[in-house]
Amino acid sequence: MADEHGAHPTEAQYVRIALILAVVTAAEVGLFYTKFSKTLTNSILLIMAAVKFVMVAGYFMHLKFDNKILRRLFVTGFVLAVFCYVGYLVTLGVFV
Amino acid sequence: MATTPAALSTPDISAPTEHGHVTNTGLSNEKLAMWAFLGSECLLFGALISTYFLYRGKSLSGPTPEEIYDIPYTSVSSFVLLMSSLTMVLALAAIQRADYRRLRVWLMATALLGASFIAGQVYEFTSFIREGLTIKTNLFGSSFFVLTGFHGVHVTLGIIMLLSLWNLSLRGKLTQDRTEVVEIAGLYWHFVDVVWIIIFTVIYLIPI
Repeated sequence: MADEHGAHPTEAQYVRIALILAVVTAAEVGLFYTKFSKTLTNSILLIMAAVKFVMVAGYFMHLKFDNKILRRLFVTGFVLAVFCYVGYLVTLGVFV
Repeated sequence: MATTPAALSTPDISAPTEHGHVTNTGLSNEKLAMWAFLGSECLLFGALISTYFLYRGKSLSGPTPEEIYDIPYTSVSSFVLLMSSLTMVLALAAIQRADYRRLRVWLMATALLGASFIAGQVYEFTSFIREGLTIKTNLFGSSFFVLTGFHGVHVTLGIIMLLSLWNLSLRGKLTQDRTEVVEIAGLYWHFVDVVWIIIFTVIYLIPI
């Protein structure tokens, strides 16, 4: 089983991805100063952070193009961390 | 020790990786190890972020996050770190096409952007201490300084890695056949960026 690689993005595509990340960051900061409801603002901010996370991991770290074993290694650690600590915080009554 | 016929007939499941060396998975062991390490780092930062959440709003005395955060300033720092991921990936693209001059330019740009982020963090920490928030002041101070401090240490280690690569390249010891070294350092660098993406949102932007 050789290292399965898809074609990586070009330099122009990397620059476009960075521009999108910059725009999303600016939108996050703008949203911080708006007077929407707290729940709505927090939800949108979390979605924006997730979009940035996926874009950096997928394109800059090449997780979208690399072998799926590498993807599984990282996703396992990430999902384990989310379940473990969200469970821990819910148990301690942080989100209730 | 005599070799058994069964051992002799074992099929060779190893295959060369894209970087030439042979492994059982066909993947580079170093790259596999870095991804496993980054997976484990999710648990480390998860613990630190959870601790911040656990203590959030439970400080008996100030300063509190609303009194002390400077969001425009931290936004600029976040933007700087985000852009350092772009320069890092451009360094990788440069070594892949054997453009060593651009490789050094982008490696140095990444290190300088990382150093700017750290300088910003040092300034932020100093101003917080001047305003009366230290690691011992309250629960917010303890969890904030430990979390962002750990992240800062990771960025600093990344800068050392980048400068080492720049130095190797300058001495002609970082050539196209060692692209994977830059790729692995890049994985680490992008990881500290994605951790900051989470910290910036959940620690700074999401109000209590």
